[in-house]
Amino acid sequence: MTPLLQVRDVAKFYGGRIGCTGVSFDLYPGEVMGIVGESGSGKSTLLNCLAGHLPPDDGQVIFDTRADGPVDTVTMSEPARRMLGRTDWAFVHQHAREGLRMGVSAGGNIGERLMAVGARHYGDIRHSAEDWLGRVEIDTGRIDDRPTQFSGGMQQRLQIARNLVTGPRLVFMDEPTGGLDVSVQARLLDLLRGLVREMGLSALIVTHDLAVVRLLADRLMVMKDGHVVETGLTDQVLDDPQHGYTQLLVSSVLQV
Amino acid sequence: MSVMDEYNFAYIDEQTKRMIRRAILKGLAVPGYQVPFASREMPMPYGWGTGGVQVSAAALTPDDRLKVIDQGADDTTNAVSIRKFFERTAGVATTEETSEATIIQTRHRIPEVELTEDQILVYQVPIPEPLRFLEPRETETRKMHSLEEYGLMHVKLYEDISRHGNIATAFAYPVMVNDRYVMDPSPIPKFDNPKMEMAAVQLFGAGREQRIYAVPPWTKVVSLDFEDYPFDPSKADHPCDLCGAEDSYLDEVILDDAGNRMFVCSDTDYCRSRREAGHEGRLAAETMA
Repeated sequence: MTPLLQVRDVAKFYGGRIGCTGVSFDLYPGEVMGIVGESGSGKSTLLNCLAGHLPPDDGQVIFDTRADGPVDTVTMSEPARRMLGRTDWAFVHQHAREGLRMGVSAGGNIGERLMAVGARHYGDIRHSAEDWLGRVEIDTGRIDDRPTQFSGGMQQRLQIARNLVTGPRLVFMDEPTGGLDVSVQARLLDLLRGLVREMGLSALIVTHDLAVVRLLADRLMVMKDGHVVETGLTDQVLDDPQHGYTQLLVSSVLQV
Repeated sequence: MSVMDEYNFAYIDEQTKRMIRRAILKGLAVPGYQVPFASREMPMPYGWGTGGVQVSAAALTPDDRLKVIDQGADDTTNAVSIRKFFERTAGVATTEETSEATIIQTRHRIPEVELTEDQILVYQVPIPEPLRFLEPRETETRKMHSLEEYGLMHVKLYEDISRHGNIATAFAYPVMVNDRYVMDPSPIPKFDNPKMEMAAVQLFGAGREQRIYAVPPWTKVVSLDFEDYPFDPSKADHPCDLCGAEDSYLDEVILDDAGNRMFVCSDTDYCRSRREAGHEGRLAAETMA
Protein backbone atom coordinates (compact mmCIF):
# COMPACT_ATOMS: atom_id res chain seq x y z
CA MET A 1 0.00 0.00 0.00
CA THR A 2 1.24 3.49 -0.86
CA PRO A 3 1.46 5.80 2.13
CA LEU A 4 -0.89 8.77 1.87
CA LEU A 5 1.78 11.09 3.22
CA GLN A 6 5.52 10.53 3.25
CA VAL A 7 7.55 13.01 5.23
CA ARG A 8 11.29 13.01 4.68
CA ASP A 9 13.75 15.02 6.81
CA VAL A 10 11.56 18.08 7.10
CA ALA A 11 13.27 21.01 8.79
CA LYS A 12 12.30 24.58 9.54
CA PHE A 13 14.57 27.18 11.10
CA TYR A 14 13.72 30.56 12.50
CA GLY A 15 17.01 32.30 11.90
CA GLY A 16 19.53 30.42 14.03
CA ARG A 17 16.90 28.72 16.14
CA ILE A 18 15.40 25.35 15.29
CA GLY A 19 11.67 25.17 14.59
CA CYS A 20 11.77 21.48 13.87
CA THR A 21 14.41 19.32 12.22
CA GLY A 22 14.95 15.84 10.83
CA VAL A 23 11.32 14.79 10.93
CA SER A 24 10.48 11.70 8.85
CA PHE A 25 7.46 9.42 8.93
CA ASP A 26 4.86 7.70 6.76
CA LEU A 27 1.12 8.07 7.23
CA TYR A 28 -1.07 5.39 5.67
CA PRO A 29 -4.69 5.83 4.54
CA GLY A 30 -7.12 5.62 7.44
CA GLU A 31 -4.40 6.13 10.01
CA VAL A 32 -4.50 8.75 12.75
CA MET A 33 -1.22 10.01 14.09
CA GLY A 34 -0.78 12.16 17.15
CA ILE A 35 2.06 14.61 17.65
CA VAL A 36 2.61 15.52 21.30
CA GLY A 37 5.09 17.68 23.08
CA GLU A 38 5.28 20.73 25.30
CA SER A 39 4.83 24.31 24.12
CA GLY A 40 7.69 25.35 21.86
CA SER A 41 8.61 21.79 20.92
CA GLY A 42 7.98 22.54 17.23
CA LYS A 43 4.82 20.53 16.77
CA SER A 44 2.74 23.40 15.36
CA THR A 45 5.64 24.48 13.15
CA LEU A 46 5.82 20.94 11.81
CA LEU A 47 2.07 20.82 11.16
CA ASN A 48 2.14 24.14 9.33
CA CYS A 49 5.04 22.96 7.19
CA LEU A 50 3.20 19.78 6.27
CA ALA A 51 -0.05 21.63 5.49
CA GLY A 52 1.71 24.11 3.20
CA HIS A 53 1.16 27.13 5.44
CA LEU A 54 4.89 27.53 6.05
CA PRO A 55 7.61 26.71 3.52
CA PRO A 56 9.98 24.17 5.11
CA ASP A 57 13.70 24.93 4.75
CA ASP A 58 14.58 21.36 3.93
CA GLY A 59 13.02 18.00 3.20
CA GLN A 60 10.12 16.55 1.25
CA VAL A 61 6.40 16.21 1.97
CA ILE A 62 5.09 13.69 -0.53
CA PHE A 63 1.31 13.41 -0.79
CA ASP A 64 -0.43 10.66 -2.76
CA THR A 65 -2.70 12.80 -4.98
CA ARG A 66 -5.79 11.33 -6.62
CA ALA A 67 -4.76 12.34 -10.12
CA ASP A 68 -0.98 12.06 -10.31
CA GLY A 69 0.03 9.72 -7.49
CA PRO A 70 2.77 10.71 -5.03
CA VAL A 71 3.88 14.35 -5.50
CA ASP A 72 6.20 16.51 -3.38
CA THR A 73 3.91 19.28 -2.10
CA VAL A 74 6.86 21.51 -1.15
CA THR A 75 7.96 21.93 -4.76
CA MET A 76 4.54 21.70 -6.45
CA SER A 77 3.01 24.89 -7.89
CA GLU A 78 1.14 27.17 -5.53
CA PRO A 79 -2.22 26.87 -7.35
CA ALA A 80 -1.99 23.08 -7.12
CA ARG A 81 -1.09 23.26 -3.42
CA ARG A 82 -3.96 25.63 -2.67
CA MET A 83 -6.29 23.35 -4.64
CA LEU A 84 -5.21 20.47 -2.39
CA GLY A 85 -5.83 22.74 0.58
CA ARG A 86 -9.50 23.02 -0.27
CA THR A 87 -10.18 19.54 -1.63
CA ASP A 88 -8.12 16.66 -0.27
CA TRP A 89 -6.79 18.44 2.79
CA ALA A 90 -8.53 19.98 5.72
CA PHE A 91 -7.09 22.11 8.49
CA VAL A 92 -8.80 22.47 11.84
CA HIS A 93 -7.43 25.42 13.80
CA GLN A 94 -7.21 25.59 17.56
CA HIS A 95 -9.24 28.79 17.60
CA ALA A 96 -12.40 28.32 15.58
CA ARG A 97 -12.48 31.97 14.59
CA GLU A 98 -9.25 31.53 12.63
CA GLY A 99 -10.84 28.81 10.56
CA LEU A 100 -14.31 30.29 10.18
CA ARG A 101 -15.66 33.36 8.45
CA MET A 102 -17.29 35.07 11.39
CA GLY A 103 -19.40 37.41 9.25
CA VAL A 104 -20.93 34.62 7.18
CA SER A 105 -23.77 32.31 8.27
CA ALA A 106 -23.15 28.71 9.31
CA GLY A 107 -24.57 27.49 6.00
CA GLY A 108 -22.30 29.83 4.04
CA ASN A 109 -19.30 28.67 6.04
CA ILE A 110 -19.99 25.04 5.21
CA GLY A 111 -20.84 25.84 1.59
CA GLU A 112 -17.68 27.86 0.90
CA ARG A 113 -15.48 24.88 0.06
CA LEU A 114 -18.20 23.41 -2.14
CA MET A 115 -18.54 26.70 -4.04
CA ALA A 116 -14.75 26.96 -4.25
CA VAL A 117 -14.63 23.68 -6.17
CA GLY A 118 -17.44 24.73 -8.50
CA ALA A 119 -20.82 23.92 -6.88
CA ARG A 120 -23.33 26.35 -8.39
CA HIS A 121 -26.68 24.95 -7.27
CA TYR A 122 -28.04 26.75 -4.21
CA GLY A 123 -30.47 23.98 -3.24
CA ASP A 124 -27.76 21.30 -3.32
CA ILE A 125 -25.30 23.44 -1.35
CA ARG A 126 -27.91 24.16 1.30
CA HIS A 127 -28.83 20.51 1.49
CA SER A 128 -25.19 19.51 2.10
CA ALA A 129 -24.90 22.25 4.71
CA GLU A 130 -27.95 20.94 6.57
CA ASP A 131 -26.66 17.40 6.32
CA TRP A 132 -23.30 18.40 7.80
CA LEU A 133 -24.81 20.48 10.57
CA GLY A 134 -26.71 17.34 11.55
CA ARG A 135 -23.58 15.23 11.46
CA VAL A 136 -21.73 17.55 13.82
CA GLU A 137 -24.78 17.73 16.08
CA ILE A 138 -25.78 21.34 15.48
CA ASP A 139 -29.51 22.03 15.17
CA THR A 140 -30.23 22.55 11.45
CA GLY A 141 -32.55 25.43 12.44
CA ARG A 142 -29.40 27.45 13.13
CA ILE A 143 -28.14 27.25 9.55
CA ASP A 144 -28.63 30.97 8.97
CA ASP A 145 -27.09 32.08 12.27
CA ARG A 146 -23.60 33.49 12.30
CA PRO A 147 -20.78 31.75 14.16
CA THR A 148 -20.60 34.73 16.51
CA GLN A 149 -23.89 33.55 17.97
CA PHE A 150 -22.49 30.04 18.61
CA SER A 151 -20.75 28.77 21.73
CA GLY A 152 -17.07 27.82 21.57
CA GLY A 153 -17.83 24.12 21.23
CA MET A 154 -20.36 24.72 18.48
CA GLN A 155 -17.91 26.94 16.62
CA GLN A 156 -15.34 24.17 16.77
CA ARG A 157 -17.87 21.63 15.45
CA LEU A 158 -18.89 24.05 12.71
CA GLN A 159 -15.26 24.42 11.73
CA ILE A 160 -14.98 20.65 11.47
CA ALA A 161 -18.12 20.45 9.31
CA ARG A 162 -16.82 23.21 7.05
CA ASN A 163 -13.57 21.32 6.57
CA LEU A 164 -14.97 17.86 6.00
CA VAL A 165 -17.75 18.80 3.57
CA THR A 166 -15.62 18.22 0.47
CA GLY A 167 -14.66 14.75 1.68
CA PRO A 168 -10.94 15.33 2.29
CA ARG A 169 -8.57 12.40 2.76
CA LEU A 170 -6.15 14.06 5.14
CA VAL A 171 -7.06 16.27 8.09
CA PHE A 172 -4.57 18.43 9.96
CA MET A 173 -5.72 19.34 13.45
CA ASP A 174 -3.95 21.85 15.67
CA GLU A 175 -5.12 21.43 19.25
CA PRO A 176 -8.73 20.77 18.22
CA THR A 177 -9.94 20.64 21.81
CA GLY A 178 -7.83 23.48 23.19
CA GLY A 179 -9.74 26.06 25.18
CA LEU A 180 -12.91 23.98 25.52
CA ASP A 181 -14.22 22.76 28.84
CA VAL A 182 -13.94 19.09 29.68
CA SER A 183 -17.47 17.90 28.90
CA VAL A 184 -17.48 19.76 25.58
CA GLN A 185 -14.06 18.28 24.81
CA ALA A 186 -15.42 14.80 25.43
CA ARG A 187 -18.33 15.34 23.03
CA LEU A 188 -16.05 16.77 20.39
CA LEU A 189 -13.61 13.88 20.69
CA ASP A 190 -16.45 11.42 20.45
CA LEU A 191 -17.69 13.18 17.32
CA LEU A 192 -14.23 13.32 15.76
CA ARG A 193 -13.60 9.66 16.47
CA GLY A 194 -16.90 8.76 14.80
CA LEU A 195 -16.20 10.89 11.72
CA VAL A 196 -12.63 9.67 11.33
CA ARG A 197 -13.72 6.02 11.46
CA GLU A 198 -16.82 6.51 9.32
CA MET A 199 -15.10 8.46 6.54
CA GLY A 200 -11.84 6.51 6.71
CA LEU A 201 -9.90 9.74 7.20
CA SER A 202 -6.22 10.01 7.81
CA ALA A 203 -5.40 12.62 10.38
CA LEU A 204 -2.46 14.36 11.99
CA ILE A 205 -3.37 15.70 15.40
CA VAL A 206 -1.12 18.10 17.23
CA THR A 207 -1.89 18.39 20.91
CA HIS A 208 -0.38 18.60 24.35
CA ASP A 209 -3.33 16.72 25.81
CA LEU A 210 -2.44 13.05 26.15
CA ALA A 211 -6.09 12.05 26.64
CA VAL A 212 -6.87 13.32 23.15
CA VAL A 213 -4.26 11.11 21.50
CA ARG A 214 -5.15 8.17 23.69
CA LEU A 215 -8.70 8.33 22.32
CA LEU A 216 -8.02 9.27 18.70
CA ALA A 217 -4.54 8.34 17.59
CA ASP A 218 -3.24 5.00 16.35
CA ARG A 219 0.34 6.11 16.48
CA LEU A 220 2.21 8.71 18.44
CA MET A 221 5.19 10.93 17.83
CA VAL A 222 6.75 12.76 20.78
CA MET A 223 8.63 15.98 20.07
CA LYS A 224 11.08 17.92 22.20
CA ASP A 225 13.06 21.02 21.17
CA GLY A 226 12.29 20.50 17.48
CA HIS A 227 13.38 16.86 17.42
CA VAL A 228 11.32 13.69 17.40
CA VAL A 229 12.38 11.79 20.52
CA GLU A 230 10.06 8.81 20.40
CA THR A 231 7.57 7.18 18.05
CA GLY A 232 5.37 4.12 18.31
CA LEU A 233 1.86 2.82 18.80
CA THR A 234 -0.11 5.11 21.07
CA ASP A 235 -0.72 2.60 23.84
CA GLN A 236 2.85 1.39 23.68
CA VAL A 237 4.31 4.87 24.01
CA LEU A 238 1.94 5.96 26.75
CA ASP A 239 2.09 2.75 28.79
CA ASP A 240 5.78 2.02 28.37
CA PRO A 241 7.61 5.25 27.59
CA GLN A 242 11.28 4.75 26.77
CA HIS A 243 12.70 8.25 26.40
CA GLY A 244 13.26 10.32 29.49
CA TYR A 245 11.16 13.17 28.25
CA THR A 246 8.24 10.91 27.35
CA GLN A 247 8.39 9.40 30.82
CA LEU A 248 8.25 12.86 32.31
CA LEU A 249 5.34 13.81 30.03
CA VAL A 250 3.31 10.72 30.88
CA SER A 251 3.94 11.03 34.59
CA SER A 252 2.98 14.71 34.55
CA VAL A 253 -0.65 13.91 33.83
CA LEU A 254 -2.84 14.24 36.90
CA GLN A 255 -4.66 11.05 37.72
CA VAL A 256 -8.19 11.79 38.86
CA MET B 1 -5.30 85.12 -21.31
CA SER B 2 -6.60 82.03 -23.03
CA VAL B 3 -7.62 78.81 -21.32
CA MET B 4 -4.60 76.98 -22.69
CA ASP B 5 -2.18 79.34 -20.93
CA GLU B 6 -3.66 78.49 -17.56
CA TYR B 7 -3.82 74.73 -17.63
CA ASN B 8 -2.24 71.95 -19.59
CA PHE B 9 -4.89 70.35 -21.83
CA ALA B 10 -7.38 68.55 -19.57
CA TYR B 11 -5.58 69.70 -16.39
CA ILE B 12 -3.16 66.76 -16.02
CA ASP B 13 0.43 67.06 -17.27
CA GLU B 14 1.47 65.01 -20.30
CA GLN B 15 3.76 62.56 -18.46
CA THR B 16 0.98 61.65 -16.08
CA LYS B 17 -1.41 61.16 -18.97
CA ARG B 18 1.08 58.82 -20.61
CA MET B 19 1.31 56.84 -17.39
CA ILE B 20 -2.49 56.59 -17.20
CA ARG B 21 -2.73 55.60 -20.87
CA ARG B 22 -0.24 52.79 -20.29
CA ALA B 23 -2.44 51.54 -17.45
CA ILE B 24 -5.52 51.79 -19.69
CA LEU B 25 -3.84 49.83 -22.48
CA LYS B 26 -2.76 47.15 -20.04
CA GLY B 27 -6.29 47.02 -18.69
CA LEU B 28 -7.69 46.57 -22.20
CA ALA B 29 -5.16 43.84 -22.91
CA VAL B 30 -6.20 41.92 -19.79
CA PRO B 31 -9.96 42.52 -19.54
CA GLY B 32 -11.19 42.83 -15.96
CA TYR B 33 -7.70 42.90 -14.41
CA GLN B 34 -7.16 45.76 -11.95
CA VAL B 35 -4.06 47.69 -13.06
CA PRO B 36 -2.42 49.75 -10.30
CA PHE B 37 -1.59 53.31 -11.29
CA ALA B 38 -0.15 56.35 -9.55
CA SER B 39 -3.38 58.23 -8.97
CA ARG B 40 -2.87 62.01 -8.66
CA GLU B 41 -4.46 64.53 -6.39
CA MET B 42 -7.30 66.14 -8.31
CA PRO B 43 -8.99 69.45 -7.43
CA MET B 44 -11.98 67.59 -6.01
CA PRO B 45 -12.44 65.25 -3.07
CA TYR B 46 -12.02 61.48 -3.26
CA GLY B 47 -15.39 59.89 -3.89
CA TRP B 48 -16.35 62.59 -6.37
CA GLY B 49 -14.97 60.82 -9.39
CA THR B 50 -11.22 61.48 -9.22
CA GLY B 51 -10.51 58.14 -10.90
CA GLY B 52 -12.98 58.70 -13.69
CA VAL B 53 -11.71 62.24 -14.23
CA GLN B 54 -8.11 61.06 -14.60
CA VAL B 55 -9.11 58.37 -17.10
CA SER B 56 -11.25 60.86 -19.04
CA ALA B 57 -8.40 63.38 -19.06
CA ALA B 58 -6.03 60.77 -20.45
CA ALA B 59 -8.53 59.72 -23.11
CA LEU B 60 -9.70 63.19 -24.19
CA THR B 61 -8.54 64.83 -27.44
CA PRO B 62 -9.41 68.41 -28.46
CA ASP B 63 -11.93 67.09 -31.01
CA ASP B 64 -13.89 65.06 -28.46
CA ARG B 65 -17.40 65.83 -27.30
CA LEU B 66 -17.89 65.04 -23.62
CA LYS B 67 -21.02 64.00 -21.75
CA VAL B 68 -21.04 63.53 -17.97
CA ILE B 69 -23.82 61.77 -16.10
CA ASP B 70 -24.43 61.07 -12.43
CA GLN B 71 -27.02 58.34 -11.70
CA GLY B 72 -28.15 58.82 -15.30
CA ALA B 73 -28.76 62.54 -14.90
CA ASP B 74 -26.89 65.32 -16.70
CA ASP B 75 -27.97 68.01 -14.27
CA THR B 76 -26.86 66.85 -10.82
CA THR B 77 -24.00 68.44 -8.87
CA ASN B 78 -21.37 65.83 -9.67
CA ALA B 79 -22.15 65.78 -13.39
CA VAL B 80 -22.34 69.57 -13.71
CA SER B 81 -19.07 70.08 -11.80
CA ILE B 82 -17.07 67.58 -13.82
CA ARG B 83 -18.50 68.85 -17.12
CA LYS B 84 -17.53 72.41 -16.13
CA PHE B 85 -14.11 71.20 -15.06
CA PHE B 86 -13.33 69.86 -18.51
CA GLU B 87 -14.95 72.81 -20.29
CA ARG B 88 -12.57 75.05 -18.39
CA THR B 89 -9.38 72.97 -18.42
CA ALA B 90 -9.66 71.25 -21.83
CA GLY B 91 -11.96 73.56 -23.71
CA VAL B 92 -13.69 70.56 -25.30
CA ALA B 93 -17.26 70.61 -26.54
CA THR B 94 -19.85 69.09 -24.24
CA THR B 95 -23.28 67.67 -24.82
CA GLU B 96 -26.16 66.08 -22.98
CA GLU B 97 -27.14 63.88 -25.90
CA THR B 98 -25.82 60.36 -25.56
CA SER B 99 -25.52 59.70 -29.30
CA GLU B 100 -23.62 62.98 -29.87
CA ALA B 101 -20.93 62.27 -27.27
CA THR B 102 -17.60 60.61 -28.02
CA ILE B 103 -16.59 60.21 -24.38
CA ILE B 104 -19.16 59.67 -21.64
CA GLN B 105 -18.06 59.78 -18.02
CA THR B 106 -20.62 58.09 -15.82
CA ARG B 107 -21.36 57.54 -12.19
CA HIS B 108 -23.62 54.54 -11.43
CA ARG B 109 -25.43 54.13 -14.79
CA ILE B 110 -25.06 53.03 -18.39
CA PRO B 111 -27.10 55.25 -20.76
CA GLU B 112 -30.30 53.75 -22.16
CA VAL B 113 -29.38 54.49 -25.78
CA GLU B 114 -27.15 51.78 -27.19
CA LEU B 115 -23.55 52.98 -27.48
CA THR B 116 -21.49 52.67 -30.64
CA GLU B 117 -17.90 51.69 -31.41
CA ASP B 118 -16.96 55.38 -31.75
CA GLN B 119 -17.67 55.98 -28.08
CA ILE B 120 -15.81 55.49 -24.81
CA LEU B 121 -17.66 54.98 -21.54
CA VAL B 122 -15.66 55.99 -18.43
CA TYR B 123 -16.93 54.75 -15.06
CA GLN B 124 -16.21 56.30 -11.68
CA VAL B 125 -15.40 53.48 -9.29
CA PRO B 126 -15.43 53.82 -5.49
CA ILE B 127 -14.19 50.31 -4.58
CA PRO B 128 -12.69 48.32 -7.45
CA GLU B 129 -12.16 45.09 -5.53
CA PRO B 130 -15.27 42.85 -5.73
CA LEU B 131 -13.89 40.60 -2.99
CA ARG B 132 -13.14 43.45 -0.59
CA PHE B 133 -15.96 42.99 1.90
CA LEU B 134 -15.40 39.23 2.00
CA GLU B 135 -11.62 39.24 2.27
CA PRO B 136 -10.07 42.36 3.78
CA ARG B 137 -6.42 41.52 2.91
CA GLU B 138 -5.24 43.03 -0.38
CA THR B 139 -2.39 40.49 -0.64
CA GLU B 140 -4.93 37.69 -0.37
CA THR B 141 -7.44 39.14 -2.87
CA ARG B 142 -4.66 39.62 -5.41
CA LYS B 143 -3.66 36.01 -4.95
CA MET B 144 -7.28 34.93 -5.33
CA HIS B 145 -7.55 36.84 -8.62
CA SER B 146 -4.28 35.45 -9.94
CA LEU B 147 -5.27 31.89 -9.06
CA GLU B 148 -8.91 32.30 -10.11
CA GLU B 149 -10.19 31.36 -6.65
CA TYR B 150 -13.64 32.88 -6.83
CA GLY B 151 -15.68 30.56 -4.61
CA LEU B 152 -15.96 33.33 -2.07
CA MET B 153 -17.95 35.51 -4.46
CA HIS B 154 -20.67 32.88 -4.51
CA VAL B 155 -20.62 32.77 -0.70
CA LYS B 156 -21.86 36.37 -0.82
CA LEU B 157 -24.67 35.44 -3.21
CA TYR B 158 -25.47 32.40 -1.03
CA GLU B 159 -25.78 34.69 1.98
CA ASP B 160 -28.15 36.91 0.02
CA ILE B 161 -30.47 34.04 -0.82
CA SER B 162 -30.39 32.53 2.67
CA ARG B 163 -31.23 35.89 4.22
CA HIS B 164 -33.60 37.45 1.69
CA GLY B 165 -34.93 34.55 -0.37
CA ASN B 166 -33.31 35.83 -3.56
CA ILE B 167 -30.07 37.46 -4.68
CA ALA B 168 -30.66 40.84 -3.06
CA THR B 169 -27.53 42.48 -4.47
CA ALA B 170 -29.09 45.13 -6.70
CA PHE B 171 -26.07 47.22 -7.65
CA ALA B 172 -22.34 46.55 -8.07
CA TYR B 173 -23.42 43.06 -9.06
CA PRO B 174 -20.25 40.98 -9.64
CA VAL B 175 -19.47 39.86 -13.18
CA MET B 176 -17.03 37.41 -14.75
CA VAL B 177 -15.16 39.09 -17.61
CA ASN B 178 -13.88 37.07 -20.55
CA ASP B 179 -14.16 33.83 -18.51
CA ARG B 180 -11.24 34.91 -16.37
CA TYR B 181 -11.51 37.84 -13.94
CA VAL B 182 -14.33 38.58 -11.53
CA MET B 183 -14.92 42.32 -11.71
CA ASP B 184 -16.93 44.93 -9.86
CA PRO B 185 -18.87 46.82 -12.56
CA SER B 186 -18.93 49.90 -10.25
CA PRO B 187 -22.24 50.57 -8.48
CA ILE B 188 -24.42 50.43 -11.60
CA PRO B 189 -27.84 48.79 -11.07
CA LYS B 190 -27.84 45.13 -12.05
CA PHE B 191 -30.39 46.15 -14.69
CA ASP B 192 -27.42 47.58 -16.62
CA ASN B 193 -25.23 44.45 -16.35
CA PRO B 194 -26.44 42.80 -19.60
CA LYS B 195 -25.61 46.02 -21.49
CA MET B 196 -21.92 45.61 -20.69
CA GLU B 197 -21.37 43.43 -23.74
CA MET B 198 -21.38 46.52 -25.93
CA ALA B 199 -19.70 48.14 -28.92
CA ALA B 200 -18.11 50.95 -26.92
CA VAL B 201 -14.85 50.75 -24.96
CA GLN B 202 -15.50 50.69 -21.21
CA LEU B 203 -12.85 52.14 -18.87
CA PHE B 204 -13.04 52.08 -15.07
CA GLY B 205 -11.09 54.47 -12.85
CA ALA B 206 -10.77 54.30 -9.07
CA GLY B 207 -8.83 57.33 -7.84
CA ARG B 208 -8.57 56.71 -4.12
CA GLU B 209 -7.88 52.99 -4.59
CA GLN B 210 -5.45 53.71 -7.47
CA ARG B 211 -6.76 51.12 -9.89
CA ILE B 212 -7.76 51.19 -13.55
CA TYR B 213 -9.51 48.36 -15.35
CA ALA B 214 -11.25 47.97 -18.68
CA VAL B 215 -13.63 45.95 -20.82
CA PRO B 216 -12.90 46.02 -24.58
CA PRO B 217 -15.82 46.08 -27.05
CA TRP B 218 -17.93 42.93 -27.28
CA THR B 219 -16.09 41.16 -24.46
CA LYS B 220 -18.02 38.40 -22.73
CA VAL B 221 -19.42 39.69 -19.44
CA VAL B 222 -21.40 37.21 -17.36
CA SER B 223 -23.24 38.10 -14.16
CA LEU B 224 -22.58 35.48 -11.47
CA ASP B 225 -25.54 33.43 -10.25
CA PHE B 226 -26.72 29.99 -9.13
CA GLU B 227 -28.28 27.40 -11.42
CA ASP B 228 -31.51 27.46 -9.42
CA TYR B 229 -31.38 31.22 -8.77
CA PRO B 230 -30.50 32.69 -12.18
CA PHE B 231 -29.43 36.31 -12.64
CA ASP B 232 -32.41 38.66 -12.93
CA PRO B 233 -31.77 42.21 -14.25
CA SER B 234 -34.77 43.66 -12.45
CA LYS B 235 -36.18 47.20 -12.43
CA ALA B 236 -39.28 48.85 -10.98
CA ASP B 237 -42.32 47.21 -12.61
CA HIS B 238 -43.79 50.44 -13.92
CA PRO B 239 -43.63 52.70 -16.98
CA CYS B 240 -41.99 56.14 -16.72
CA ASP B 241 -44.56 58.69 -15.53
CA LEU B 242 -43.12 61.41 -17.75
CA CYS B 243 -42.29 59.72 -21.06
CA GLY B 244 -44.11 56.42 -20.72
CA ALA B 245 -40.98 54.32 -21.43
CA GLU B 246 -41.30 50.72 -20.26
CA ASP B 247 -37.75 49.62 -21.05
CA SER B 248 -35.73 52.15 -19.04
CA TYR B 249 -34.35 52.07 -15.50
CA LEU B 250 -36.57 54.13 -13.18
CA ASP B 251 -36.07 56.32 -10.12
CA GLU B 252 -38.84 56.40 -7.56
CA VAL B 253 -39.81 59.91 -6.41
CA ILE B 254 -41.95 60.41 -3.32
CA LEU B 255 -44.45 63.19 -4.06
CA ASP B 256 -46.17 63.89 -0.76
CA ASP B 257 -46.82 62.36 2.65
CA ALA B 258 -50.03 60.68 1.47
CA GLY B 259 -48.28 57.78 -0.25
CA ASN B 260 -48.20 59.28 -3.75
CA ARG B 261 -45.13 58.58 -5.79
CA MET B 262 -43.94 58.70 -9.34
CA PHE B 263 -41.45 56.73 -11.37
CA VAL B 264 -39.20 58.56 -13.81
CA CYS B 265 -36.38 57.52 -16.10
CA SER B 266 -33.03 57.86 -14.33
CA ASP B 267 -31.52 58.67 -17.75
CA THR B 268 -32.65 62.31 -18.14
CA ASP B 269 -31.45 62.63 -21.73
CA TYR B 270 -33.41 59.53 -22.77
CA CYS B 271 -36.57 60.80 -21.04
CA ARG B 272 -36.29 64.29 -22.54
CA SER B 273 -35.72 63.03 -26.08
CA ARG B 274 -38.74 60.71 -25.80
CA ARG B 275 -40.96 63.53 -24.56
CA GLU B 276 -39.74 65.75 -27.40
CA ALA B 277 -40.74 62.96 -29.78
CA GLY B 278 -44.27 63.11 -28.39
CA HIS B 279 -44.32 60.22 -25.89
CA GLU B 280 -46.32 60.96 -22.76
CA GLY B 281 -46.54 59.24 -19.41
CA ARG B 282 -49.18 59.28 -16.68
CA LEU B 283 -48.10 62.58 -15.10
CA ALA B 284 -46.67 64.30 -18.19
CA ALA B 285 -49.46 66.90 -18.42
CA GLU B 286 -49.16 67.86 -14.73
CA THR B 287 -45.42 68.50 -14.85
CA MET B 288 -45.75 70.69 -17.91
CA ALA B 289 -48.18 72.93 -16.07
